[in-house]
This record gives sequence, structure tokens and C-alpha cells, in this order.
Amino acid sequence: MSINIALAGNPNCGKTTLFNDLTGTNQYTGNWPGVTVEKKGGKYRRDKEVEITDLPGVYSLSPYTPEEVVTRDFLLSGSPNVVVNIVDATNLERNLYLTTQIINLGLPVVLALNMMDLVKKNGDEINAEKLSHELGCPVVEISALKGAGTQELVDAAVAAANAGTAPASQLRFTADVESALNKVTDVIFGKVPENEVRWYAIKCLEGEQLTLDKLQLAATDLSQLDAIRSELEAAEDDDAESIITNERYDVITDVCDACVKRSAKGLTTTQKVDRIVTNRVLGIPIFIVIMALVYFISVTTVGTIATDWANDGVFGDGWLYTGAEQYEEAMAEYEDGLALAEEEGATDAQLAALEEAEPDPAEFGLWHPGIPVVVDEWLTAVDCAPWLQSLILDGILAGVGAVLGFVPQLIVLFLLLSILEGCGYMARVAFIMDRIFRRFGLSGKSFIPMLIASGCGVPAVMATKTIENEKDRRMTVMTTTMIPCGAKLPIIALVFGALAGNFYEGTWWVAPLFYFLGLAAIIVSCIMLKKLKAFAGDAAPFIMELPQYHLPTVKNVVLATWERVKAYIVKAGTIIFLSSIVIWFLLNFGIYEGAFGLLDTEMDDYIQYSLMAGLGNLLAWIFMPLGFGNWEGTVTSITGLVAKENVVATVGIISSLGEVGEDDPSIWLSFAQMMGGTSVAIMAFCAFNLLCAPCFAAMGAIRNQMRSAKWTWAAIGYMCGFAWCIALMIYQIGGLITGEVAFNFWTVIAIILLALMLFQLFRPMPKHNKDENERAQNALNAEGANA
Amino acid sequence: MADAATTLRDVPVGDTVRVAKLTGEGAIKRRIMDMGLTKGTEVTVRKVAPLGDPIEVTVRGFELSLRKGEAQNVLVA
Repeated sequence: MSINIALAGNPNCGKTTLFNDLTGTNQYTGNWPGVTVEKKGGKYRRDKEVEITDLPGVYSLSPYTPEEVVTRDFLLSGSPNVVVNIVDATNLERNLYLTTQIINLGLPVVLALNMMDLVKKNGDEINAEKLSHELGCPVVEISALKGAGTQELVDAAVAAANAGTAPASQLRFTADVESALNKVTDVIFGKVPENEVRWYAIKCLEGEQLTLDKLQLAATDLSQLDAIRSELEAAEDDDAESIITNERYDVITDVCDACVKRSAKGLTTTQKVDRIVTNRVLGIPIFIVIMALVYFISVTTVGTIATDWANDGVFGDGWLYTGAEQYEEAMAEYEDGLALAEEEGATDAQLAALEEAEPDPAEFGLWHPGIPVVVDEWLTAVDCAPWLQSLILDGILAGVGAVLGFVPQLIVLFLLLSILEGCGYMARVAFIMDRIFRRFGLSGKSFIPMLIASGCGVPAVMATKTIENEKDRRMTVMTTTMIPCGAKLPIIALVFGALAGNFYEGTWWVAPLFYFLGLAAIIVSCIMLKKLKAFAGDAAPFIMELPQYHLPTVKNVVLATWERVKAYIVKAGTIIFLSSIVIWFLLNFGIYEGAFGLLDTEMDDYIQYSLMAGLGNLLAWIFMPLGFGNWEGTVTSITGLVAKENVVATVGIISSLGEVGEDDPSIWLSFAQMMGGTSVAIMAFCAFNLLCAPCFAAMGAIRNQMRSAKWTWAAIGYMCGFAWCIALMIYQIGGLITGEVAFNFWTVIAIILLALMLFQLFRPMPKHNKDENERAQNALNAEGANA
Repeated sequence: MADAATTLRDVPVGDTVRVAKLTGEGAIKRRIMDMGLTKGTEVTVRKVAPLGDPIEVTVRGFELSLRKGEAQNVLVA
């Protein structure tokens, strides 16, 4: 017979660590409450007949959050044979609160006292035998992290499941509550399963609507229940739900007094660390230093080296580990010689002879050629058809390679974030940032996705799942990708180069400028969206546990990093792979001299005959009011919707420059020409491409988080629409000011849109329902801060 | 120490108080109670966040953060 064990417990109590230990799978955990939102299943690695389900962490079985609903529905569904309730022994009182609810469910329960090693280290003692007697269920001491006691735990769980008896708890509430429960039991007896009668009696006494609806009691029964409840509420001067909660905690306090011996001590290590880390004065400077360090290491130093290696070495020509200087000198000498010969009018034969003498990097040190070079040589050797060679090299390898090139940088970023998450600092980040984010209707938890978005939007959207409130989560999903991600940086460099014609290195401050544009777009969006009916609602509570600091385990950090990088690699393998083929096809096929077929890419301006140019012409009207309504600008933006990495590459192809980087002056010039030469059109182009829907992969992640086609399209539509409006205002109003654009119909539209936007920003919170005042106040504060 | 109308919001940092009653209703009240802030519980206010909100308290041996607006629902004595 197969046995199904359900793992239940508080957030951050070690459920997923135990699940990994028992099943041998590798789910990642974070020292951050709420990492598991959905339930996960696995088989016990010592006995495949034993199935284990990891449930999301909950503090209670009251159905107020999605996690609580998932956990409760599963426990009541009848599929688990036994519940293993994991409790953090260092935090026994609050953890046992959930236990008092689980032991009423009528299922066999085994209590796992996790982190017993820490309890002993603190000099505390827990009498497990006594606890087992009080709760009426077996208690097993374990350390999930070290894998100690887990085998005994499963043995106990299997034994309990086979015995099939629910806990015979000694715990009783005060006399008047028990007598009310007895009266309720008389009313519902026979209408609920016998072993679950105490659970239903408590729920009916609390008056929980969900349970009352499910039981479909007769009207007379309901009025009887109401009478019992009113009597108790009058006697205790509180609502029934609170009375029960109080009773549970009172019972726990008694149990803990009897079973736990605490050694006297001063501040805990966590409290000592927090005195400095979340200090009123030092908290923010420390936070800024840590975030700057994360960013500095992952984006500018280690990350850049890693990305250069991947882009130029693995997916480029090749990489020279040693002797690079000598090679560069020889190469410069060779190029000078070649240029001199050309100037002097050397014949083709002479030039060919000179080219033979091109220095071979392999002679200068440790060298490996890039994948495209190897594949190119191999394809030529097997006499591959030119179109197929072009598809593989220019289409697939170029597209997929551009995405995979960011992997080393992302590994560095996610490694650092996983360490912060693993040690418990992320919860403090939410604590420090909450005040700011609440001002525009989000909570401090939204900071993490936005930080990750500076690396890649895909894991950022996935990171929103730790935000419990649905409205907050949707709003964060819709806005987080407005932060420039790694793939948008080349666009910024390209645009600035085209605007200033200056050197890339001297204009480092441009990138921060666009981060501020992204931040401003998020703030404006949140304030506007919050006033829509779909997002209006109570401010989500921020009642959050600040977990104890501990050193993250290597395994956990590596797993967390891998989980996120994997999502990114899958993007490259699927979406980008397919879109690379489609875009290659659109770019390389077309109608030339009346015949449809593969275009000759050696030909100048071949691209204007391609299908892509046709598509661009078809859609150019959309971007006409934004100043880049030619097919070139349109095509670039379309390929950018697929993946932002494509933008610079497309500009290169369209301007027949081939593979030049975004920091090459020749591409700046042709890009500026493409945009019609006006600086406002270039700015509008940049704003549109930075703010619109990020890429296919991120759209996929959005679909995943929203779990609704309607919301997915709302998010994508909002991002593109908002980007279009901002770009329109920049081009029309900005152009009017600089004198580059004459007053026209679209100027009027732009001004109307601006007025509407300002109205939505500054009008008071509309009255959608009664509990209004606090939010209106919040919105006013936010406007004050924004203005 | 404090009169009946004092809420957790007004407790100075470093002070330890007892929960007297919870006001408000629904999910927020339930959540506050689920986290162990029930009648008679000892609460120590640890600190205020650098920007003035939320606050951090120690209750039942662990650290809990809640906003001042939420702390206002907790009457203390």
C-alpha cells in the first residue's frame, strides 16, 4: 500500500530542506518566509511506496492567503494518510499554534522538532516525551539541515499512517468555550465525518463562511449556531474567531511552560546583528553599500569579464588567455600594413598574399576558437548549403549565443542575491524599503524583483511569487521590467552614442539616467494603476516574521542560483531559438526582381527586399507619430519585442554594417540616419524600447505568474501602451520645444494624453468602496513625494 | 505604565508591554493574532525602521515586523 505523507509547517521552518533530504530532489529554499507557494510532490528515496508532499508554509489554517487555502484544501482532501508537522524548535510557541489546528483535522499527525541542535546550543531544553503526551501524537527530534533523525521521522509517520488514529490530544480550552463547542457538536453531529468533528465544531463556532457554505446546513441549524456564538461573544466581549485564537495560544503557553526549560540569556545573535544592520542611522548606508557591492561585482567587474569571455570567446571569434598584448600588437601592425598597401593601390593578388600573413592568435598563447568559428569550419568542410549555413550561423547561433552570453554575469548576480537571501538579509531589505514602496501602493517585498530586474526580467517576474497580496503581485509583475535589464544596456549605449557621438567610456552617467527613467515609469505607473478599480483595495498587511540570521549552506546557494539561471537558459533554448529562426527567415527571404526566394546577402541593401521590410512597412503607421515610422525603426522595435538583445544586431544588419558593437561610431551614425537625424526621435525610440513589453521570454514568465490570459494581455498591453504614450510625448512635445517637430494633430493628442496622465496622477483616490480613507491618504502622501 | 487607549504604535522603543485587546476586524486582525499577538502576551518594541515605519517587535521569542498602521490595532497596557 502506498502512503502519502504531507509536510506542513510555518514558513521558513525547514520544510523544503526536509523534503529535499527525504526525496533526494533539489528544490531551493531561502531564509525568507514564503519561498514555496505551490505544493510539490516527491517519492521517499528509501521506499518508493512512500509519497511526500511539500506544502507551502502557513502560520494558520484560516483561509486568508493563497498558501493557506492550498494547504488546507490538500489536508482536508483526504489524500494524505499522515501529516508530518514540522516545527522550528527555536520558535516553539508560534509554531505550535498551527499544530493545535492540525491535530483537530482527524488525520494521524507526527510532530517533527526541527533545529534541535540549535536549541541545545542555546542551552535550552525541550521535553519531547512530555510534549508528545500533551499533544497526543508522536514527537521526533530532527535536524533537517544535517539529515539527523529524518529516517526515524519517516518510520514514525508510516507507523502512524498504518495505525490510522488521529491524535488523542489532552489540550482543552477554558470551560465556557468547551461547553459552547459541545453545543455546536450536538447541532452538527452526523453531518460531518466523525473523526473531523472537533475541527468542524471549532470552524462553525468561529462562523467561518467557507466551512458553513460547504456544510450546507439547514436554516434552523444555522440560527442555532448563531445563538451559541452570540452567547459566547457576549460573555467574552470579543468575536468568536479571536476567542478561539486566544484560547489556542493560552493552551500553548501552558504546554510550553511544562515542556520547555529556557536558559536565561541576553540578546540573541540575530538581535545583536540587527542592532547594527537595521539601525535607524546605519541601516540605509549599510543597505546602499551592500546593494552597490552586489551591483558592482555582478554588473561591472566580475560580471563584465565573464560576459566578455562568453560573448567574444565562446560565441565570438575565440579567446586568448595569455599573450593577448603581443597578439594585439601584431594584429595592429598587420592591419596598418594592409591599409598602407590598399592606399598604394596594390593589386588584388598582392592583397590576398598579405592577408595570408594575418597573425594567428593560437601562436601567441593559450587560445580556443569560438563556437561559431568551429561550426563554420565544420559546415564548410561538409559542403553545407549556403542557406543552411546562414540559418545556423547568422540565425540560430547568433540569436541563442547573444542570450547565453549573459549567463556568466547572471550566475554572479544570482549567486550574490542567493547568499543575501540565504542568510536572512532579504527580509530586512523589505523591512527597510517598505516605507518607500508603500507610498506608491506596493510593499517592501517588491524591491527584490526590481533589483533582480536590473539583471534579467525573467527571474524578476518569477521572484514576485513571494508577494502574498495578489494586487501587489500583479502590479509588481506589470512594472518590474521597466527597470533596464542587462539586454537593454546596449540600446542605451547605442542611443547615447547616436545622440552625442561621443566616446562610450566618457558617458558612464547615461546608464544611471535611464535607470531613473525606469524608476520614474514604475512610480508613475503604480500611482496611476492603484487608482483603477482592479487594483484598489486594502493596503496589503506587512505583518512579517524577520527570520534569524544564519550562514547559508553552499548547497542551497548553488541550488537557488541554478534554479534562476536555468529559467534563463530555457528561454534561450526555446523562445529565442524559435524566434531566431523566424527572424532569420523574415530577414533572408523576400521578393527580388519579381521572384520569391532566398536573398543574396552579399548584395547591398538586400534587406529592403525582405519580408521583414514588408512587415515593417505594414506596421510603420504605429510608430509614425513617434518619429520613427519607417520600416527600419519598426523592424528594429519588433525584433526588440522578441528579445532586446536583437535591437543592436538588427540595426547592424539593416545598415549593412554587419556585426558591429553598440560602441562603434559607424553604427551611431547610421542609426541616427535611420531615425531621420532628429534627437527627439532617437529619444522616443529609446523610451519606447526600454519601457514596452520586455521580450518573449519575460512575457512567458508574466503568463506564468498571472495565471490568466486576461491579466497577461492586460500587462503586456499596458506596458506597450504606456511606452507608446511616453514616446509620443517625448517626440511631439519635446520636438515642439526644440523646434525639430512642427505643431500637428499628434501634438494635440500628446498634450491630451499628458493632461490625462497628470489627472490620474494627482486626482484623489476615487471611491470604489467604503474602506477608503487610509488609501486615499496613502495616495496623497505618494503624490506629495512625487511632486 | 500606560493607559487603556495606548496602542502598540505609541510604545517607545525598548519598552515591554502586554497586549490588552485587539481592535479592527477580518484578515488583518486575524493575521496579527495568528502571529502570536494575543491578549496578555508580552511584547518588546525593538526598533523603528530607518525611514520611520514599520516597527520591529519581539513577541513569543521571535522578531516580527509590522507597520504602524497595523500596530494601531493592538491596544496595550
